[in-house]
Amino acid sequence: MSWLETLRTGINGIRSHRLRSGLTVLGILIGIAAVILTVGLGEGAQAQVGSEITSLGTNLLTVSPGSSTSNSGIRGGFGTASTLTMADATDLSSKTVAPDIKAVAPTTSSSETLTAGSSNWSTTVVGSTTSWETVRGRTVTQGRFLDNQDITDHSAVVVLGSTTASELFSGSDPVGQTVDIAGVPMAVIGVLNTVGSSSTSSTASDPDDQAVVPITTAAERIFGGTSRNSVSSIVIQARSSSDLTAAYQEADHLLLNLHGITTASDADFSITSSASLLSTATSVDKTLTILLAGVAGISLLVGGIGVMNIMLVSVTERIREIGLRKALGATPGLIRRQFLVEASVLGLAGGACGALLGIIGALFLPGAVGDPITISPPATALAILVALAIGVVFGVYPASRAAHLAPIDALRSE
Amino acid sequence: MSQRVTSSPGSSERAVRTDEHFFPGSHLAEIQMVIELEQVTKVYRTGAIAVAALRGVSLSIKSGEYVAIIGPSGSGKSTLMHILGCLDTPSSGTFRLAGEDVSSMSEAALATVRNRRIGFVFQQFNLLASVSAWQNVELPLTYAGVGRTERKDRAMTALAKVGLAGRVQHRPGELSGGQQQRVAVARALVTEPDLILADEPTGNLDSVSASDVLGLMDELHQAGRTLVLITHDIEVASAAGRVVGIRDGLMTENDNRDLENVR
Repeated sequence: MSWLETLRTGINGIRSHRLRSGLTVLGILIGIAAVILTVGLGEGAQAQVGSEITSLGTNLLTVSPGSSTSNSGIRGGFGTASTLTMADATDLSSKTVAPDIKAVAPTTSSSETLTAGSSNWSTTVVGSTTSWETVRGRTVTQGRFLDNQDITDHSAVVVLGSTTASELFSGSDPVGQTVDIAGVPMAVIGVLNTVGSSSTSSTASDPDDQAVVPITTAAERIFGGTSRNSVSSIVIQARSSSDLTAAYQEADHLLLNLHGITTASDADFSITSSASLLSTATSVDKTLTILLAGVAGISLLVGGIGVMNIMLVSVTERIREIGLRKALGATPGLIRRQFLVEASVLGLAGGACGALLGIIGALFLPGAVGDPITISPPATALAILVALAIGVVFGVYPASRAAHLAPIDALRSE
Repeated sequence: MSQRVTSSPGSSERAVRTDEHFFPGSHLAEIQMVIELEQVTKVYRTGAIAVAALRGVSLSIKSGEYVAIIGPSGSGKSTLMHILGCLDTPSSGTFRLAGEDVSSMSEAALATVRNRRIGFVFQQFNLLASVSAWQNVELPLTYAGVGRTERKDRAMTALAKVGLAGRVQHRPGELSGGQQQRVAVARALVTEPDLILADEPTGNLDSVSASDVLGLMDELHQAGRTLVLITHDIEVASAAGRVVGIRDGLMTENDNRDLENVR
């Protein structure tokens, strides 16, 4: 008897007990759909967090100044001291000392009120160099970005984020117009591209709402303050993500030397990478995904036990049929095969229906829950295979019970 | 007719040739004895108690014979039927079916022997309720590895032989008891077996259907089939050409008669 014949007989057996087969399939179906949805939800969240962090800039290291200590002895925490200078940034961009560093952007920032004609808007004003554009991975859609001339000349020019531009100029072309920042009139030379607001994330400020000015202009004419050469952070871009560690070591070593510090624990600065942020965030999501998938996996196991239960009932109920088939010449192997095929078909049907339900759920649930669900085709295929395997594994015991029934006992039963 | 079914064991050359006439080209032409039981015993053990259901049965049935095995319940006739049907193996003694020793075959080998050599007719009909008559009939052919179209053809032919050509698509539930048993007979016939083994084939039928089925058995006998009918009913047994009695696990009589004497 060929496999095809066995399959046909198995499907016949399933079809002649529709309700029972349907309920068995339902058990597997729910398990598979739950696995697909929870894994999809976890992966969606991971991808979302990942893209949010990547949008901050890839392969980046941020050097922040160390803590300041006030007269009364209160230490202000990282970023409060003014230990980083323009000179540090210049030295870091040296290709001979730090070959793994691709670009360096010293930045200062402050929240200021911008005024254009009758409208005003408060936003973050960032003072930086030409490298800011590369490091942040941004472009300008109108006009141009800062150039080296602007930096050396301390030019009164500003590049606006797209949201800032539309708030101030409400639709009209901002390039060539003038904005007052802290009382200093600045010429708008460009508008940044829109990267999309990551409004759900409170960790980053809106990248579309800011104003970029030359760091020299900012230090001298806008922010003022005592130490005009100090910067609030230095953003370093490594050549690639694999060079990030090398770039980190080069920057750390160089800055320790420049600041004349011999023990690393006394450093007056700290270096953080976006990658470490990314890995922390994704590892949290990964834990959540594993937890959810574990729960879904248990429901799948319960579904599998359901298959076994039903198949055992089926063997008992069809004891006469088994006896008859044996009398007519079915070998124990063929009987085993028939019941295994029935269990596998149930598993496969449950898997396929569950995958379908999971995909439908992935299409409609995000609208209701607000979280993205990523359905990966290989994971779905794997889920269907797992369902098939569950059918086979949990079908083995009932099938071998059927195979080992003595034909006379089977025929005799009423 | 009397020439075909010889009464004594060790029959003449002539009977062999007659068999050949009825089964042209069949391997049966060379094999004269379909059933040879020699001192067969069967002991069932339930815990410490051993029950001897058969206590040394010897029986020979030739090709083309129509034999009834008669005995009351508990006589061991069911056990004998199971052994004859290769559904069970003897505890001791030998059983040759169509010349082949099946006394100590594996379960899988016995399944093949049942499929090739034996056609069963049961008291309970034992038809699959979920499939049609012709699909029930083709079932043994599936296990014999016969192709799909040939299976259907042969099933249709067998159903036509038992007079159910018009009911091939009916499910067992849509047929009368007598018709269901006819389907079962068609299923027993379809593999062209060496032996048709009928276990109380009329036990679940009213008298009209019963005589109908017995008539069918008689037709099969006329056509040269080897039939063994197991019953407790002397009237049913009298339809056979030869009646073998069994009581307490032993042959009590070996009543060999010519067909003419029965008629």
